[in-house]
Amino acid sequence: MSFNLQRLFAIVLKEFIQMRRDRLTFGMMVGIPMIQLVLFGYAINSNPKHLPTAVYAADNSPFSRTLIWGLRNSSYFDIVREAHSPAEIENWLAENKVQFAVTIPVDFSRKLVRGEKPDLLLEADATDPAAVGSAQAAVAQLATTVINRDLTGPLAPLQSSAPPFNLVSHQHYNPENISQYNIVPGLMGVMLTMTMIMITGLAITRERERGTMENLLSTPVHPGEVIVGKIIPYIMVGYVQVTLVLLAAKFLFDVPFIGSVPLLVVLTFLFIVANLAVGITFSTIAKNQLQAVQMTFFFFLPSLLLSGYMFPFRGMPGWAQDLGECLPLTHFLRVVRGILLKGNGLTECAPDLWPIALFVVVMLFLGIKRYRQTLD
Amino acid sequence: METFAIDVRGVTKKFGTRTVVNDIAMQVRPGEIYGFLGPNGSGKTTFLRMLCGLLKPDAGSGNCLGLDFRRESSEIKKRVGYMTQKFSFYEDLTIEENLDFIARLYQMPSRQDAVQKSLERLGMVERRKQLAGTLSGGWKQRLALAACLIHEPQLLLLDEPTAGVDPKARRDFWEEIHKLAAEGLTFLITTHYMDEASRCHRLAYIAYGNLLAHGTVAEVVKAGGLTTWEVSGENLAVLADKIRSLPGVEQVVAFGTALHVSGRDAAKLQTAVGPFMAGAYRWTQIESGLEDVFISLMDSAKDNFS
Repeated sequence: MSFNLQRLFAIVLKEFIQMRRDRLTFGMMVGIPMIQLVLFGYAINSNPKHLPTAVYAADNSPFSRTLIWGLRNSSYFDIVREAHSPAEIENWLAENKVQFAVTIPVDFSRKLVRGEKPDLLLEADATDPAAVGSAQAAVAQLATTVINRDLTGPLAPLQSSAPPFNLVSHQHYNPENISQYNIVPGLMGVMLTMTMIMITGLAITRERERGTMENLLSTPVHPGEVIVGKIIPYIMVGYVQVTLVLLAAKFLFDVPFIGSVPLLVVLTFLFIVANLAVGITFSTIAKNQLQAVQMTFFFFLPSLLLSGYMFPFRGMPGWAQDLGECLPLTHFLRVVRGILLKGNGLTECAPDLWPIALFVVVMLFLGIKRYRQTLD
Repeated sequence: METFAIDVRGVTKKFGTRTVVNDIAMQVRPGEIYGFLGPNGSGKTTFLRMLCGLLKPDAGSGNCLGLDFRRESSEIKKRVGYMTQKFSFYEDLTIEENLDFIARLYQMPSRQDAVQKSLERLGMVERRKQLAGTLSGGWKQRLALAACLIHEPQLLLLDEPTAGVDPKARRDFWEEIHKLAAEGLTFLITTHYMDEASRCHRLAYIAYGNLLAHGTVAEVVKAGGLTTWEVSGENLAVLADKIRSLPGVEQVVAFGTALHVSGRDAAKLQTAVGPFMAGAYRWTQIESGLEDVFISLMDSAKDNFS
């Protein structure tokens, strides 16, 4: 029994009609990208600014005023309260009224002028470390640069009493630390992972659950025609999602497109196939549609958490990184971010392409092996 | 030598250690309506699935439409129509889309004509745009039959085609089957209904994977070797309780105002019920019904099994 294009077309056509009729799934395919774009693109920010801050200025001097002005200007801090005692600060932090509290001690300016390096106390509510990290770093720099400006005239020599080393930090590719630059391109991979796996998983288990598979197999149709015929429509759906994200990235979030978009589109094909292969393999194992959805999440969660989408990849322990390396999303994220933000070409992407290709081969092997067995 | 539409021997299928179909032979002539009966789980569906290549038999040989049923299943699929027990067309496709889909899969040369013809025969031309899922049970069954026929098969395998269909629709369905058989189509139909069994040219009875009887209705009844008495009179329920457990009495079944008492051993049955014949009841020996024979066959098969 050989592969036949006419029968393949029959399956593709049928899938498209069913897709059109199934409003909920259709909505999901377009809705999930939109919701994720809005949530991840607009709502999630790993470099938060305008954090509520309290100041307790025990030393009312030009230096402390400059310092407060500097904090305000950094855009990380919104000075919402001025305290009159250290106890007040403690309360506000505990009550979650402020994220930061800056205490300028009584003898701040006196010690500063004498070159005694006074303490400047920055207290942070560090229950969410991600929220305070960048802001804390900002203060370290502020304290020296802002104050130096006031050390003029007779005080000028004191400028050199600033730390003998100057901490220089450059942030490459995304100097302003704009989360969206990282999140929005990554979203493309996350979305494809979720929808591609779930939809293919559902498409085949539905056929079995409703009993239509039995009918299909009693016709001359080849199992390969069924699988490929079901995959083709979803590859197109995948590209609709990719287009949506790229348009949003460009026009809503101003993500820079440094590399070649056609290259990205071509390489995305490999990633889409990888996810479809997972979906098909799952559908050969799952007994019904519910199980297919459960398995999708079983695969989706580690992808989300270990790929470097949610948390910095290099921040994970070794075993988690090893696990992450096995997931196609990890590599695809590097490809997307590499192309869009760093302007990478095919050569730079290659180290991340072969792992995805290997994944496809292994998954398809498993899927087809399982598929043969379930036919009997 | 006579050519058969189905001619298979020694067909066996095991699921794990359980033998679902055990060494079954079947010969069906072209143009014949062959009934396939047996209790639930007796292996009827498995047998049909093996014939149309959905399952691989563990043993057996023979031909289906002149093709080796084990090695040429892809060729057989093109010439066989298989109607599954459960409605297995797409409920989210319209009647026309379903027919068109099947016609495409069989690569019909004049597809649109075939679909149109099928719609006309179904009497569904006006409802062609209706979703299959919104059809009633009887209409779904007609659609399924039409879809099975669209590629003009020579053999139809129908798995309980009339389950859950009302009597009128069932009668119409059987009229259609007989008309098609007269045109030369061969049918292998599984059913639980005795009236349908008696509308088949020949039948086979299978229980626990074993073929217990086959032939025409009269032959099967005769082979069952059952003697049946009909009793009428007052207080039949009391009588039934009294004779049910007597040796030689195998079945006591109430039929309206009469009681059917049957057993395989005529002499033993006579001895057992003899004492009750003197009373107010009227006893007449009648011909055993198909159902009585089948139930008796099933009970004896169970005896052999345990």
